[in-house]
Amino acid sequence: MATTAHTETLARPSRSIGSYVMPVIAALLVALLAIALVLNFIDAPAYFVNISFIGLTNGAVYALVALGYTLVYGILELINFAHGDVFMLGGMISATMVLSVFNLKVGESPGRLAVVIIGALAVSMAACGLINTTIERVAYRPLRSAPRLAPLITAIGMSFILEDIAIAWKGPSYVAVPEVLPHGDVFSVGGVSYTWEKLIVVIITVPVLLLLMWLVQYTRQGKAMRATAQDRDAAAMMGIDVNRTISFTFMIAGGLAGAAGLLYALYFGQVRYDTGFQLGLIAFTAAVLGGIGNLPGAVLGALCIGFIQAYNEGLRHYMPGSDWTQSIVFSILILILVFRPEGLLGERTPEGT
Amino acid sequence: MDQPRRVTGKPRDLTSTMVLLIFTLGLYAFVWVWMAFNEVKRQRGERGAGGLLGVILMFPFVSAFLLPSYIGRMHRESGRTSPVSGWWGCLWFVPYVGFFIWAFVMQRALNAYWMGTDGPVTAADTYRSGWERVTDFELPPAWHRLPAKRRRAIKAVLLVGLGLLLIQFFGVWKDSALLLAALVLVLVLVPYQNWTIAGHRVGRWVVPGVVLAFAAAYPYYVSHMPEMPIFGPFPQVSTMVAMMIFSIMALGLNFVVGYAGLLDLGYVAFYAMGAYMAGWFASNQFSNQNLNIGAVGLYKGDTGLHFSIFLVLIMAGLATGIVGVLIGLPTLRLRGDYLAIVTLGFGEILPQIARNGDNLFGFNLTNGTGGITPIDGPGFGTWLHGHLHLPANYLTAGNLDSVFFWTALLLVLVTVFVSSRLRDSRLGRAWIAIREDEVAAAAMGVPLMRTKTWAYATGAFFGGVAGAYYASYKGGAFPDDFFFQISVFILCMVILGGMGNIWGVIFGACFLSYLDREGLSNVGSWLNGHFGPGGSDLQIWHKPLDVPLYEFGIFGAILVITMLFRPEGLIPSSRRAAEFHEGVREEYLYDVEHGAPISDTTESM
Repeated sequence: MATTAHTETLARPSRSIGSYVMPVIAALLVALLAIALVLNFIDAPAYFVNISFIGLTNGAVYALVALGYTLVYGILELINFAHGDVFMLGGMISATMVLSVFNLKVGESPGRLAVVIIGALAVSMAACGLINTTIERVAYRPLRSAPRLAPLITAIGMSFILEDIAIAWKGPSYVAVPEVLPHGDVFSVGGVSYTWEKLIVVIITVPVLLLLMWLVQYTRQGKAMRATAQDRDAAAMMGIDVNRTISFTFMIAGGLAGAAGLLYALYFGQVRYDTGFQLGLIAFTAAVLGGIGNLPGAVLGALCIGFIQAYNEGLRHYMPGSDWTQSIVFSILILILVFRPEGLLGERTPEGT
Repeated sequence: MDQPRRVTGKPRDLTSTMVLLIFTLGLYAFVWVWMAFNEVKRQRGERGAGGLLGVILMFPFVSAFLLPSYIGRMHRESGRTSPVSGWWGCLWFVPYVGFFIWAFVMQRALNAYWMGTDGPVTAADTYRSGWERVTDFELPPAWHRLPAKRRRAIKAVLLVGLGLLLIQFFGVWKDSALLLAALVLVLVLVPYQNWTIAGHRVGRWVVPGVVLAFAAAYPYYVSHMPEMPIFGPFPQVSTMVAMMIFSIMALGLNFVVGYAGLLDLGYVAFYAMGAYMAGWFASNQFSNQNLNIGAVGLYKGDTGLHFSIFLVLIMAGLATGIVGVLIGLPTLRLRGDYLAIVTLGFGEILPQIARNGDNLFGFNLTNGTGGITPIDGPGFGTWLHGHLHLPANYLTAGNLDSVFFWTALLLVLVTVFVSSRLRDSRLGRAWIAIREDEVAAAAMGVPLMRTKTWAYATGAFFGGVAGAYYASYKGGAFPDDFFFQISVFILCMVILGGMGNIWGVIFGACFLSYLDREGLSNVGSWLNGHFGPGGSDLQIWHKPLDVPLYEFGIFGAILVITMLFRPEGLIPSSRRAAEFHEGVREEYLYDVEHGAPISDTTESM
């Protein structure tokens, strides 16, 4: 019996009062946030719901970028710093396609709009996939057996190079995209209105996400990706071409960034060379919040960040306002990394083992 | 063949080769062709043209056909089908891209041959930098038979001669170039290393002493210096001030990145903290206070806190060090790349606080986007000026830039002294142990958290000092000076110069901040003058190229190229270089997978 008791004490280390401090503080913060949200909701319910719609749309765009971070991290354990800038290039490519190539005007007919968007989406995804694969080939693959910080440093370098490519291409000021998406109401009930351009973002995002889930879960290539993420050496011994699988992952991640770039350019209407850096960090936070390496987690984290940002910038009471959005997002990032690095969903690899 | 043939060539990485070819605008082709011909000749039993002949025959286009034909024969002689034949030389006549495609195909055919003879030559898991992979050509054996001293002398004379020729033909000649060349040759050739005076080895102080003397005298002779090719004149004294300040910052970051091996992407936060310390304690910012401790150059009616800048430097360093500890304590448990991201987060939050700090719960802390300005200049006051001829107030001194420069040089000296003493101390050895192997260091009883936090605090201290001094030099602290790019800029200095090596870091800092201040615009005007609109040589582009606009892309490219080809930096510490080449892996005590420190029991936080 004595030995059993001994093992039990080993298995269950006594918890000091200090170990309860952080959960209590976290619970307090969440409670405060909830109270602020409820008060805002009581004050102006319809306005609150409208702001939530904005948050949902932002979250959808962030989700596409965050998935790119999480895919690459899952397979290489590398924070692909250049990912946000690939997204930005996607936005610029889309803007060029929509404005110069297809010559889309404000108030275009829905049929032509759909065709143009799908065409631009395909071009942007393909181009970004290609860019991302090239970056992997040039900057990350030669360093695969180098010390771990080396590829991170080249990733930062590539990020700056991509930004300068954008400057050389489009100049250092904003590339403006007119409001080509329709802004009419889908429905409008008692002050709550859901507009078409928000719906279109979701309509494009959801199939892309489903396609990605199908690809990772059910295809041969997806299986290879999951195997490589779990154990690269073992996967190679099982006959998986690891290099090709990693390239493929970067291509998928780049494709998602390209889709996000199109949505961002059309929905927000402006892209600049440093758009990708800012949004990339937000999306990375989303990926970490959900649990980096975890695909559903990235989507969940992105939605959370989208809502937090929209509430912070939109709500009228008890919110710090848009000046502090970045600080709030980074505070979340730091808190999550320090106190719960496995993220909300607490799993690491794409297949969730 | 009853025994396998000796492999005389090495496979080269295709990507690195192509990158080198493109980035050197094809100049690397001469080296490459030389190596390829030499290897092929040796492999084929000393038949056919060798390296020198190959390079010469490039000019009448003969090499274009010769090399593929040799490679083809080589393949056939070992009983395999050849991927190339002499006809591939026609590629050279495809404009612009033809040569590069040719080189790509040749290298791939050679790789196929070398990999096929004796099996793979390079072990898969030894990490070789791209630099080694592309510069492993052999000099003739006669060269290696020369004594090392003579080889060094020949190299030095050749390089110095080349430099003089370049200045003569592409720069602006002044006779001081000859003095400079003579000085370099004396430093390289005279065997001062073993000089002793009364048993003290003074030899090792010769180079630092000479460099210091020349740095201190810089304001006096800068106007007599020749103009360098492409880069133009020597930097002005005001640029030298920035170079010195960035040297302090880079040396500070070197504690964290170079010694302890922790990637810090938010170093700009410490710089900002130091600058704002100067703003708070040496300006009219807090106008309801009124305190003057040794400040100079005050006007009647100035309110606020006014401390002497020299005092503020120390205060800023200490305050920033404390902030470093506060940031470090919760975050330093994290693994390398997570730590990088967290520091990046702090580096973004602090400037935003500075930007929005004009109304923190109704209190004006940082004056918002306007920044805090003017900030007092340093000075020794009238009494010291009268007795020791130290400048009473730097801002009103006739040689303003020079006095700022000398003070900054002094600060650099202090930083270098602290760096080198700390590196060899018990703490510094603990840092290096952690960098090399965290697990082993912990097993040897190195307290991880405390050691890492000290690295962080020391780095932060010097960041703060540099920030405060810079704010005093510029006369203000503005939130727009503190963005993420500056962090990467300083990181780039440390990495390019050579992580962990004091000389390397100072070189990197001086070179990059010179590029930032003057170099890039000089290079830009040179390029535009020769190749831009109405260029004197050849008009390649039609709009003037704004080179400084691409500054950070250039720094990014420096990061990538350094990491790919020479990860230990230009002037590496031998220890760091060995780590990169033996592939030291970082294994962390903090494992995200299991959510908690695996073993950190020796620690008391």
